[in-house]
Amino acid sequence: MSHPVTQALGCVLSISPTMQAVVAFLKTWWVELVCGVVIVAAVPLVAGYVVLVERKLMADMQARLGPMRVGPHGLLQPIADAVKLLIKEDIIPRDADAFIFWFAPVISMVAALTSMGAIYFGPAFRVAQDINIGILFVIGVSSLGFLGIILGGWASNSHYSIMGALRSTAQLVSYETAGGLAIISALLLSGSLKIRAIVDAQSDQHVWFLFLAPVAFFTYLVASIAETNRAPFDLPEAESELVAGYMTEYSGFRWALYFLGEYANMIVVASVATTLFLGGWLRPFSNVRWLDIPMGVLPALLIAALGVYCIYRAGKQPVKVQLGFMWVVALCCFGVAVIYLVPWLVAPLRFAIPGLNGAFWFLFKVAVYIYVFMWLRFTLPRYRFDQLMHLGWYILIPLAIVNIFSVGIAMFLSLELGWNRWLAVMLTTAFTLAVSLLLVRLHDKHASAASSTSAVPSDSYAG
Amino acid sequence: MLDSIFFYFFAGVAVLSAGLMVTRRNALHSAVCLVATLLAIAGIFLQLRAEFLFITQIILYVGGIMVLFIFVIMLVRLDAPIHQIRFRLQRFVAVLVILALAFEGVVILLLARKLPGEGLLIQGSAPADKLPPNSEALAKSLFSDYLLPFEIASVLLLVAMVGAVVMAKSRKRTSES
Amino acid sequence: MMSPIHYLCLSFALFLIGCIGVVTRRNVIVVLMSIELILNAVNINLVLFSRIFGDVAGQVFALFIIADAAAEAAIGLGIIIAYFRNRETLLADEMDLLKW
Repeated sequence: MSHPVTQALGCVLSISPTMQAVVAFLKTWWVELVCGVVIVAAVPLVAGYVVLVERKLMADMQARLGPMRVGPHGLLQPIADAVKLLIKEDIIPRDADAFIFWFAPVISMVAALTSMGAIYFGPAFRVAQDINIGILFVIGVSSLGFLGIILGGWASNSHYSIMGALRSTAQLVSYETAGGLAIISALLLSGSLKIRAIVDAQSDQHVWFLFLAPVAFFTYLVASIAETNRAPFDLPEAESELVAGYMTEYSGFRWALYFLGEYANMIVVASVATTLFLGGWLRPFSNVRWLDIPMGVLPALLIAALGVYCIYRAGKQPVKVQLGFMWVVALCCFGVAVIYLVPWLVAPLRFAIPGLNGAFWFLFKVAVYIYVFMWLRFTLPRYRFDQLMHLGWYILIPLAIVNIFSVGIAMFLSLELGWNRWLAVMLTTAFTLAVSLLLVRLHDKHASAASSTSAVPSDSYAG
Repeated sequence: MLDSIFFYFFAGVAVLSAGLMVTRRNALHSAVCLVATLLAIAGIFLQLRAEFLFITQIILYVGGIMVLFIFVIMLVRLDAPIHQIRFRLQRFVAVLVILALAFEGVVILLLARKLPGEGLLIQGSAPADKLPPNSEALAKSLFSDYLLPFEIASVLLLVAMVGAVVMAKSRKRTSES
Repeated sequence: MMSPIHYLCLSFALFLIGCIGVVTRRNVIVVLMSIELILNAVNINLVLFSRIFGDVAGQVFALFIIADAAAEAAIGLGIIIAYFRNRETLLADEMDLLKW
């Protein structure tokens, strides 16, 4: 007995073959479309809250409180910032190239969001279904963000912008080489470019690739910090050096696009590192069977605990609105915890448990990686540009190449000659570390040689 | 049908951007249009099930060669060229020659009894997951059948790197005071 | 995939546009960019026939063409920079030292 509305809809939809083709397309691809829409809608919001977390962490490490005014403990700060940026006046410099000026931040954001299309956020949540070149796609497309930077810097028609853009692009290109070479080591261990195959390889070998290729992980960590223009490699956008680098002339929503593109890029880079080195969506100790159930309910328990903490804080808010807001947050936490608990209790929904738990662990590891980014930002001083380029080309790239050799030799020793895997790994890692010490020693010699030649008193009025 | 939508979209973007590229006055606009063309061609590669070539085009061509072009355009930034007396008919003659070539191509197509490529069996016409995985097949042949060209290409790239550095290095002024 | 004639027409059109660019433009950098466009048109052809015949050799050749184009662009731009430093011009009309 079909409802007249569905009957009419069926009539309309079957009118032309184009409509039928569209409906067929939607039927096959609706999961991917929904995931894509969620990513595009959620990433700016998440990026905004990552900014808030960064500010609060920075404040904590600097013994102050950070944003406190907007919402309880500043929790509504990103929304206030977003509204402010949206209603700001849109200023374009007079001699700027209008089309490219408009287009450049869009490129930056689109590159970061498109590369998220191939990432598996957990075993079930993805946009593109396990493409053959998974990791390479993510790295390649996210590297297109340099276009947004250099075009934005040039189109602003200001010398701070161009200097910042050229420096930033040079830095990006150099460290992208180092990062790509570091990734090859992990790809050697997994034997495939597909994201699912990489995580399955880590599950089959019962170890995260972090432990089999630690030098590669460290190289990728450093390279990814430089690729996202974070401190200590943030000379191109440092406030004391270049005003704001390539973002100088951008204000309002355009600046927000650049900023969000940078934080989205951070999420992409963290996702790649998590997939390759930190075991993707595998829970810690994924091969220990008796931890299955305790670790399985852990996500739900953690989120419920967060909800309880929110209720506790709600009781301490002096302002009624903030109290209500904390209760809303607490209820959301409980809702998510219920979603996590329901498959355990309702038998037909058991299939959803690995997906939900996997997503939780993946996002948790991404959050830890981003926390390390922020921690380094607040702790280390900035590199000078020539030090930065020297580090990239003279130290990281040779180290990454030597690491590829050593991982290959370790695989050969353990697979062909039958050595113990950990022995092979330790030997080759020791060799790589020896090489890195040699490189650092050469770097020190070069630095001291440079400073000693400039010890000759220079006469400024010569010539 | 999805296939033809993708093909016409990518082909349209490629031809349009290529046309824009050769007509822009500003060299940087030409470079941006070339980037759009290269991305569209990468889409065509993807549609022809050449995934590794798709991503190689994006990483190497757009992410490498176009960086080079854009850097050089910014380094040798010149103001708009002064219009001098020049052989004004040159552009006209050039376009005429190209149109003659195009006309000849169209005539060949029309006079042929079959369209080129018509009747050729498309062996890989199965959906993408039934084809042999592209990166693996490419890597296998690159490292076994075509190992010598691969090594020669690496020597070529080394020579090009050294040559580019030598040529672009600024000469230190040896005379002083 | 579509029938081969579509891809052949596309590659022919791109080749012609690249030729127009090489022959018509005065700015040497744009001439180099048009050469890159010609190489890409050839690549489309190679990949098309590699797909038709199921032989991966076409894609290998296209890969080598991309590597070669990178080397050529690097050297070409190095030459342009060196020439610009000496002669302060980038226009093909004004590079006439070898003219009698």
